[in-house]
Amino acid sequence: MSDTWIDIGGIDEIPQKGSRVVKTVSGDVAVFRTSGDTVFALRDRCPHKGGPLSQGIVHGTSVTCPLHNWVIGLDSGSAQGNDKGCTRRFPVKVEAGRIYLDVALALPRVA
Amino acid sequence: MRQKLVIIGNGMAPGRMLENLLEAAPDAYEVTIFNAEPRVNYDRIMLSPVLSGEKTFEEIVIHGDGWYIKHGITLYKGCKIKAIDRAAKTVTSDTGIVESYDKLVIATGSVPFIIPVPGNDMAGVLTYRDLDDVNAMMIAAKSRGNAVVIGGGLLGLEAAAGLAEQGMKVTVIHIMPTLMERQLDPAAGHLLKKAVEERGITVLNGANTKAITGTIRVEAVELADGTIVPADIVVMAVGIRPNSALGKESGLEVKRGIVVDDQMRTSDPDVFALGECAEHRGMVYGLVAPLYEMAGILAKTLVAEPAAYAGSVTATKLKVTGINLFSAGDFAEGEDREEIVLRDARQGIYKRLVLKNNRIVGAVLYGETTDGAWFFDMLKRSIDISEMRDTLIFGQSYQGGTPLDPTAAVAALPDDAEICGCNGICKGKITGAIEKLGLKNVDDVRSHTKASASCGSCTGLVEQLLKGKLGDAFNPSAIQPMCGCTDLGHDDVRRLIVAKSIKNIPALMQELNWKTSCGCAKCRPALNYYLLATWPGDYVDDSQSRFINERVHANIQKDGTYSVVPRMWGGVTSAKELRAIADVVDKFAIPSVKCTGGQRIDLLGVKKDDLPAVWSDLNAAGMVSGHAYGKALRTVKTCVGTDWCRFGTQDSTGLGIKLEKFMWGSWTPAKVKMAVSGCPRNCAEATCKDVGVICVDSGYEIHFAGAAGLDIKGTEVLGHVKTEEEAIEVIAALVQLYREQGRYLERIYKWAKRVGSTSIKAAVLVDVWKRKALYERFVLAQSFLQKDPWEERAKGVASHEFRPMADLTFKQAAE
Repeated sequence: MSDTWIDIGGIDEIPQKGSRVVKTVSGDVAVFRTSGDTVFALRDRCPHKGGPLSQGIVHGTSVTCPLHNWVIGLDSGSAQGNDKGCTRRFPVKVEAGRIYLDVALALPRVA
Repeated sequence: MRQKLVIIGNGMAPGRMLENLLEAAPDAYEVTIFNAEPRVNYDRIMLSPVLSGEKTFEEIVIHGDGWYIKHGITLYKGCKIKAIDRAAKTVTSDTGIVESYDKLVIATGSVPFIIPVPGNDMAGVLTYRDLDDVNAMMIAAKSRGNAVVIGGGLLGLEAAAGLAEQGMKVTVIHIMPTLMERQLDPAAGHLLKKAVEERGITVLNGANTKAITGTIRVEAVELADGTIVPADIVVMAVGIRPNSALGKESGLEVKRGIVVDDQMRTSDPDVFALGECAEHRGMVYGLVAPLYEMAGILAKTLVAEPAAYAGSVTATKLKVTGINLFSAGDFAEGEDREEIVLRDARQGIYKRLVLKNNRIVGAVLYGETTDGAWFFDMLKRSIDISEMRDTLIFGQSYQGGTPLDPTAAVAALPDDAEICGCNGICKGKITGAIEKLGLKNVDDVRSHTKASASCGSCTGLVEQLLKGKLGDAFNPSAIQPMCGCTDLGHDDVRRLIVAKSIKNIPALMQELNWKTSCGCAKCRPALNYYLLATWPGDYVDDSQSRFINERVHANIQKDGTYSVVPRMWGGVTSAKELRAIADVVDKFAIPSVKCTGGQRIDLLGVKKDDLPAVWSDLNAAGMVSGHAYGKALRTVKTCVGTDWCRFGTQDSTGLGIKLEKFMWGSWTPAKVKMAVSGCPRNCAEATCKDVGVICVDSGYEIHFAGAAGLDIKGTEVLGHVKTEEEAIEVIAALVQLYREQGRYLERIYKWAKRVGSTSIKAAVLVDVWKRKALYERFVLAQSFLQKDPWEERAKGVASHEFRPMADLTFKQAAE
């Protein structure tokens, strides 16, 4: 498992309350940095209509999708409030100012 | 067997009397009303706001049809009583209805006084008394012609202001040397004249009407000194007299009005008179407060409760938006009288108290009227003021050493102090109702106590009472909080940003007790805008609080690509620009090119990573960001004007380009779309824009507050100016006022509706100094904002926005 952690960059490369995209073969991953410097990673697709969550406004530990204002929890990937839906989470960790993404889940599944 | 009560007249006085009667004894009478007007009971005091367009008739109805049905009252609308037979105890209407009564109430009100001059019955001569008059004036006003109002009293000035608001050129002819001389002394009358003239109304004092002239309909008013004032309509507002004809014809005692005793009984014990048609102890009244007092007395008399009317001291307020005027009591000069006067001509404040034996007998407040209720209360209760004489004129908050805050000042009023003059509601009744009935807001207080339900000028006092009783639980005027992160509304936040000198979002959330750690997607963009608009040059824009479109300066599309709209000044382009656009489309394989509604070209489906390079190429051809993505100046649409059009009256294209070059880059509460049409044929569709200009031979007609989206609304006319420079200055001032007052995402038409077009016109058109100050603030803001965001980004600003953080596809593919 540990060999699937990939260094994707420094935490400072993402603005606080912001997000950047990591391109993978199975689609874009949105990596978020909160105002408290916690980092989360979600598939960059809103469960509603596929909007790019990486382009949304980050507040607390949520992001508001830019297309139709669904609010998605960064820790759960689930839609908040009365909306129902979930987007995939990816394991992510910060060590010595570097962000590591576990891309095992993002790799194409080989039988 | 229920007694039969017949009421002649359905104005505010009998309406109030019935409310009181139904409350005291709902089943005592079978009630029949004859109303000569073909409608229900409405708030006659509010006719002026209807005339000025601030309210609709529906909004001023007091009792709708349902009310009469609910209470089993028979209402004959448009039915005039022509005879009373006191022996048979019947009344007969002009439509032939005969109704018998046990008790009869005459409440026929008053009739306008028509001055006896030739031509006074000509078509186009109106009075100002009921809704029919208002409708006639509003129809006449559509001509935008000349109106003459004869009479510079309360009614005349309200009519004049309303007609001016409707776009007419108004002249007020007043026979006395100063305006409202019955309520105001000459000094206050002079200030009032100035304020009225600032609204574009001509005032002729000491002017005696000799004749009204015209062939088929009125064309002019001729004065005794030979002056001819052109007039498409003439409104007579010189006064009213009691409508006591029915009383006289039926043999009741009538002097000026129908004479009544302290129980409102006429010389016939079963016949009562109420309101403006009644004369009590030699006095007739034309203001609503005494009429409501009489209504209360009569209701008690009718259910045989002891009650006596002792006459009223009256206070007056002028209901013209933007002019604050209060007067009460008597202020004739006399040897036994002294006066205290406070003057501040620059601020337009004038206060005068007339004292007799250390008691207030008269008060005139102009410009600043908040202490009116306090002075009036002391006047009515004849309080000895010698203790506070030194500071009396400064008002209630200066008594007792330290200034009180407004809530404490109102809390300090005694329980029997009158709060609502129209309805005669004292403080104790309001606070009692708030406590007993658990009232939460002004609307509750209105529906339960009637306080602030008529002219509304005591709304502030009622709010203070609610605040005093409910503390923080009272949300003034039921303010909608900005979002779930705060209880504060938009206006409070804007006010506090200035008051507390708050300069960034984290400080704001700390100071104003935000409930979330860093706001949400609703409040953060709003706060970012408010701070940016309040502190030009000082505030550092927080891009993380911007919606994605404004963060990356392009419009996000449903598939996550973006659209790009380069600016084309005034909708004008060239071969060079078109060629550059075509090249960009080819180079970046942009799938779709389309014209927008604002005369621009939209490139759709641009990949985010390509945006800086696309902009760089467009910049190279001289094009900058079109801000099609922003709460900002979007487009100025134009027609070809005098350049090409055979009908064009001015260079509309040129003005549109000037406006756009001057105003682009400015951030606003919501998007702003403009247009300039070269003639009234209006090919640029300027009359549905946020701001529009219609060029005419004599200059430029500036329009605003139109909409053609979710709502469709034609613009309102802001005013007419003669030169391009003036047009640009007025429009910049208008947009700046909107930048300062608008709530985030509130378009101009909604802002105008909320704050009132009159106040906007006053600030950007009438008051030249305010306009200049607004204009200068706009120019200052532009000096920081007018930078092409595309150019900055093409050169590398915020590059993280446009590049992925990492691309693992290659690496993964290799594995």
